[in-house]
Amino acid sequence: MERKIRVLVAKPGLDGHDRGAKVVARALRDAGMEVIYTGLHQTAEMVVQTAIQEDVDVIGLSLLSGAHMTLFTDIAELLKERGMGDVLVVGGGIIPEEDVPRLKESGIKGIFGPGTSMDEIITFIKENVKG
Amino acid sequence: MKDLAQRVMKGDPRAIARMITLAENASPEARECMKVLHSRSGNAHVIGITGVMGAGKSTLISELAREYRKRGKRVGIIAIDPTSPFSGGALLGDRIRMMELATDPDIFIRSMGTRGMLGGLTGAVYDVVEILDASGKDIVIVETVGVGQAEVDVIKIADTTLVVLVPGLGDSIQSIKAGIMEIADVYAVNKADRPGFERTMAEIESLVELIADRGEERTPIIPVIAKEGKGIPELADTIDAHRKKMEGTKEFTLHRRRRYEAELVEIIRKRLMKMIFDEDVFRDRVEDLIDMIMRKKKDPYSAADEILSQVLK
Ligand SMILES: Nc1nc2c(ncn2[C@@H]2O[C@H](COP(=O)(O)OP(=O)(O)O)[C@@H](O)[C@H]2O)c(=O)[nH]1
Ligand SMILES: [Mg+2]
Repeated sequence: MERKIRVLVAKPGLDGHDRGAKVVARALRDAGMEVIYTGLHQTAEMVVQTAIQEDVDVIGLSLLSGAHMTLFTDIAELLKERGMGDVLVVGGGIIPEEDVPRLKESGIKGIFGPGTSMDEIITFIKENVKG
Repeated sequence: MKDLAQRVMKGDPRAIARMITLAENASPEARECMKVLHSRSGNAHVIGITGVMGAGKSTLISELAREYRKRGKRVGIIAIDPTSPFSGGALLGDRIRMMELATDPDIFIRSMGTRGMLGGLTGAVYDVVEILDASGKDIVIVETVGVGQAEVDVIKIADTTLVVLVPGLGDSIQSIKAGIMEIADVYAVNKADRPGFERTMAEIESLVELIADRGEERTPIIPVIAKEGKGIPELADTIDAHRKKMEGTKEFTLHRRRRYEAELVEIIRKRLMKMIFDEDVFRDRVEDLIDMIMRKKKDPYSAADEILSQVLK
């Protein structure tokens, strides 16, 4: 049987709506992935524990507020600490150009701005998941 | 590989998670590990939870898990959602209601898609229950998708089957007609805060009464408000009482036998199907036979005979 890509879609931080994250979650499902959707207000610890238990290949983080730097890098740090450094982490939201290099350095492999097409995200995931 | 099984038995979350993935993908390594894990399983109280979508199953499980944690029990949760027949993907959203449990090291939650199985229970659920059991969880809760056959399947895996009903949806009587009545060990009537609750309670009570008149034991009905955590200790007590009552009885042994029978059938079915439909030699032969059936050169029964005689050779 073909191995299914498992993705955790999480919305860390305090800002209040998850429409975008839901759209992404549905699109990934329609691309044949198993999407674990956890809703709003996730802490870094919650995201990482969930990723461990669900044995996901990918974590997709959605963020609107400016808190992406600390939250994203906290999650990347924790993942490494718990031996989950192999997980592909991608982030979406309104992320200023100047933050992108530092995010990538910390382990967020894909950064997708508001204009990104779903196809682009799906292709990126399929190409970068470790088989 | 033996090492992975050892780590599972020590309760290592990453090992448990990896083991479940292997089982879900029906990988050969999983088989070897399952052989080891089987000897260590059978101690957990397996609770099956079923009911229509939106009944509040996930919310209720979250509260039940917290109650069991208060009682010093370690809890495993398996939350099943349907796999899309079109894309093969699945949106697994039960965890939304369980986020408070996410960071408790003595709770392990796993979401699963049904992955093309008919009915709501995926074949790998047997393995996943056994993995969580062998990992030292005292309680293993299985949430089913809540459609048709799944609700009936859940009974085979669970020691105690909880059916969640809600007022208003008009589903209570309907689902009881669909055979739910036979599988419930305990009813939870959720959303007791909502209008129509009294009526639903009365309906179920009279149905339970009807069955009790036939000389069978009365199935307990517990009103709850999962969202507010109300009625949860009573529900946990009732579930525990059911297990205690069953333990050591002939019925319990028979029930466990049926569970392993169902698992055995599932393993054999899966392997046979894989053999016939996945392996190239057979796959080509199957295609040829389908051609012949199309052209009326053969009928499906004779074609099946032919395939089976080859498999059984
Ligand atoms: N009014 C009310 N709503 C509830 C209660 N329990 C759960 N819900 C809501 O019912 C909806 C479905 O709950 P969920 O646990 O996802 O149901 P499931 O599909 O059966 O797992 C959610 O919006 C819950 O907040 C309750 O006791 N009272
Ligand atoms: Mg649910």
